[in-house]
Amino acid sequence: MHMADALVAPAVAGTMYVAAGAAAAYSIKKVREEDDPKKIPVMGVMGAFVFATQMINFSIPGTGSSGHLCGGMLLSALLGPYAGFLTMIGVLLIQCLMFADGGLLALGANVWNMAFYGCFVGALLIWKPIMSKGMSKGKIILASILGCVLTLQMGAFSVTLETLASGITELPFSVFVATMQPIHLAIGTVEGLITAAVLCFVYEARPEILYTATEAEKKAGSMSFKKTVVTLAIIAALIGGGLSLFASANPDGLEWAMERIAGTTEIEAAGGIYETFAGIQDKSAVLPDYAFKGSDSAVGTSFSGVFGGAVVVAVCVGACYLFKFFKRKRK
Amino acid sequence: MEKIDRAIGEIHKLDNMSDEDKWMNNIHPLVKLFLTLFYISLVVSFNKYDIMGLLGMTVYPIAMFILGDISIKDTFGRLKIVLPLVCFIGIFNPFFDKVPVTLYGMTMPAGVLSMLTLMLKGVLAVLASYFLIATTSIEKICYAFRLAHVPKPLVTQIMLTYRYVVLLLGEVNRMSAAYSLRAPGQKGVHFKVWGSLTGQLLLRSMDRATTVYESMSLRGYNGDFTYIGEKDRFKSGDAAFLIFFGALFVFLRVCPVIVVVGNLL
Repeated sequence: MHMADALVAPAVAGTMYVAAGAAAAYSIKKVREEDDPKKIPVMGVMGAFVFATQMINFSIPGTGSSGHLCGGMLLSALLGPYAGFLTMIGVLLIQCLMFADGGLLALGANVWNMAFYGCFVGALLIWKPIMSKGMSKGKIILASILGCVLTLQMGAFSVTLETLASGITELPFSVFVATMQPIHLAIGTVEGLITAAVLCFVYEARPEILYTATEAEKKAGSMSFKKTVVTLAIIAALIGGGLSLFASANPDGLEWAMERIAGTTEIEAAGGIYETFAGIQDKSAVLPDYAFKGSDSAVGTSFSGVFGGAVVVAVCVGACYLFKFFKRKRK
Repeated sequence: MEKIDRAIGEIHKLDNMSDEDKWMNNIHPLVKLFLTLFYISLVVSFNKYDIMGLLGMTVYPIAMFILGDISIKDTFGRLKIVLPLVCFIGIFNPFFDKVPVTLYGMTMPAGVLSMLTLMLKGVLAVLASYFLIATTSIEKICYAFRLAHVPKPLVTQIMLTYRYVVLLLGEVNRMSAAYSLRAPGQKGVHFKVWGSLTGQLLLRSMDRATTVYESMSLRGYNGDFTYIGEKDRFKSGDAAFLIFFGALFVFLRVCPVIVVVGNLL
């Protein structure tokens, strides 16, 4: 589910950075309030643990394939939502930088899709309410599977929205959603089972390290099991049923939504800055050598394109070697 | 197991590369971080059919390969992760966007053009972040984060995670090796030991975190990391690098340089 940079438009990437940044700022505030200097080294080691164990292949009985651990839900259950979220940011950043797994520009979107849902929704709306009246193995299994399935569904749905909002794919919204959601339903179930197995082991061996809400937290933000179930049911209905239904009825869900909100599918902006940038865009987005069939645009010869490319590359290579040559001479 | 070996090897290789005393490596990390993000933003902002304009942006990777003495072969190995995903998203474009378009005498569906542009965007973005990490260590990137006012707990945690990744990858590797030797011919870990195998490692890691914290405290750790080397001070060369490449990126974004040069013919 790691999004590459090419899949997000700068505006979408920026929005997601802001959203993820806000969640990170809130988490840092909460971790600081806890004032536990031990927490940061634990977060560091746990981040590395998640990173390393995601490389273990767990064989799925009855099939030839294998599954992996769900990092967000595991960290939520061990460190709580805030420390878990910050840890996941570290894991995602290292995955992106060291292994090109997810892009640097798309990091905000990836943090949101995987860490936010996995930790905030996973810990606060699923783990905490289910464990509010004490922990048991059954509850751990339920919370793990429910957590992984729901948070992965939300993440996959966000990926769909972000890709479509970026104008990357010509795939209709309904087809994209219908492809993404079922795949992630299967992945979520397997990840949930693996996460449940690990958490059940921890529960038996050392239950005190599992995350439970403190007394103060319970008083401040308690949410009854009933309320939680209702909230989750609404989210699930929205994602699984409602949105995909209206999407299939309206080939382009985003346009439909825009038409309802703005009264038009084309949002027009006006003003000095907009016009200046529109001018720059007009100049920069000219496609002088593209000719749509039937138009009168001139069609260049294929040779001029190759020539242009070759000259640019030659100038670039020449300039770099020249720079290196003079740099060495100076030494 | 092979996957883990490869991952450990990759981390060591990148560590060694970024530790070398080379001109590119000594550019201020904040400058490189900013330019990388700026470059990727400009690359992805190109129109989905503007492949000729986007091709002009390849000037930067070419310059980095030469200036940074970076191996082309190693770099392209990284693309195998990102290309399948980008191709999966882009492969549908030719089926849904069939308007014929002519480019330099070649006629193709517009969807093919947008797919190729998307793939090129993916490649350029991955190359740019690779150049950052190949010439800048994680410590320096974290230092750049601090200069950009990213809060300390997050930066420290990123640094610690990175330090322990190699250690835990090694441990997972040994565990997987021991397991597979005792369970020959079995693909993956059997579901009966899903919990205990990983759980044991988890508990050991938690204990290790406590030991790490205690030893850090004994060495005077109080939640602060002070890190600044002489080489990381902002120099005039860094400013020149920033201005030159910043201006070059804007120029390449605004002017389809390959088309302009080609038309001079």
